[in-house]
Amino acid sequence: MALLDRGARSIFLWELVKGLSLTFSYMFKPRATVNYPYEKGPLGPRFRGEHALRRYANGEERCIACKLCEAICPAQAITIEAEPRDDGSRRTTRYDIDMTKCIYCGFCQEACPVDAIVEGPNFEFATETREELFYDKDKLLANGERWEYEISRNIAADAPYR
Amino acid sequence: MTESLWQTLWTGYVFPGGLILVHILMLTVPLLIAVAYLTLMERKVLAAMSLRMGPNVVGPFGLLQPFADAAKLIFKETIIPSGANKFLFIAAPCITFILALIAWAVIPVGEGLVIANINVGVLYLFAISSLGVYGIIIAGWSSNSRYAFLGALRSSAQMVSYEVSMGFVIISVLLCVGSLNLSAIVQAQKTVWFAIPLFPMFIVFFISALAETNRHPFDLPEAEAELVAGYQVEYSSMAFALFFLGEYANMILMSGMTTILFLGGWLPPFDIAPFNWIPGIVWFCLKIFVLLFVFIWVRATVPRYRYDQLMRLGWKVFLPFSLFWVVLTAGVLLAFDLLPKGV
Repeated sequence: MALLDRGARSIFLWELVKGLSLTFSYMFKPRATVNYPYEKGPLGPRFRGEHALRRYANGEERCIACKLCEAICPAQAITIEAEPRDDGSRRTTRYDIDMTKCIYCGFCQEACPVDAIVEGPNFEFATETREELFYDKDKLLANGERWEYEISRNIAADAPYR
Repeated sequence: MTESLWQTLWTGYVFPGGLILVHILMLTVPLLIAVAYLTLMERKVLAAMSLRMGPNVVGPFGLLQPFADAAKLIFKETIIPSGANKFLFIAAPCITFILALIAWAVIPVGEGLVIANINVGVLYLFAISSLGVYGIIIAGWSSNSRYAFLGALRSSAQMVSYEVSMGFVIISVLLCVGSLNLSAIVQAQKTVWFAIPLFPMFIVFFISALAETNRHPFDLPEAEAELVAGYQVEYSSMAFALFFLGEYANMILMSGMTTILFLGGWLPPFDIAPFNWIPGIVWFCLKIFVLLFVFIWVRATVPRYRYDQLMRLGWKVFLPFSLFWVVLTAGVLLAFDLLPKGV
């Protein structure tokens, strides 16, 4: 009986029919993907995207040139040079991140004692040339201004878990 | 004297030649557009079956995508590998493409709508589709690349194997018709499409057609996963596009052949009022469309065969099975005195 059953199944291509009807039924199901450039998936507050240097609310730079981020960076993507400013406070004169080296591990933002360098929620910063990915201080500060709202909200959302 | 010479030239050669040219263009241009949109349809249907969107950016619903692809391919550089045999390397895609198109000369798309209504239409089609293997094996050999060569070897073995059972299937149809003329084959299905009495042969023919056009699950010659694209691996730009077009034109051709042999060509499913108002060419295109959908549907469903499984199916299953059915068909026709007479 089992033999007959098996024989009948293979003669009438039963498995093929079953498979085909399954794929056909899937044709009318709602799409599982998002229509990317027009629709985007949600991002968690810990998402580590493009870097930004933040400022305090009074416009002062947060970064105090402690170079902890430079020291911890496993890809050695960060280069910092610093000297005292006219008012005596220690500030960076150069803060470069080579985005082609960066591995987006987030150690820099973990190391930062003043929440100055952070990885924001932006992941769409593809460029046409390699040189554009060598970020300097101006670019990072501009990023901080551009993404401050999202970054501060993310830090606030993540704060209870730290 | 000169007057009549020009007259003969005009009525005997120039005018009929021009007429044939117009006929060819009337067939080829829609065919190429159909090929372009078949690629879009394939991407859309596959996307729908795997719950994706498919191309939807270029034009409304992505309808201009094939033209964007074509423009991209035309403007790319044709790279010829330094170790390749240049002449054959360029000739191979041309052969594939030309063979895919010239077979259409004998396909009747409607009642009397055929460029060459020859009496050996089936043999012509069979010969042309067998020649298709040359394009592939020349491409594989002339590329001077291991992947391409392996793909070409597989492809030629596969096409030769499945042609045998396809031949038997065609023989059983011919037994029922008594003619090799494709229009006569369609007319013989006026009462009942051959897909019904010869249903198993219809299935065998369709699966062989999948193998013949190197479609899933028989796409071993291309096998992206192992051979990276088989015989196409060294091709770029328009040469690749010609292969691509040839392959898809072959798919349409095979669907057309299945339609003519089994699904009653341009005939409506029932010869009654609402059905026979629709012109035959529409029915023909509709049937081809359905078959092409099945081609894509199968691709979305089944995984690729292993090489030995492919050969086993071809030689140990299809060949004895179709041979048995040829004998059975002939026996039934003879026993019940149904053999076609006087054609």
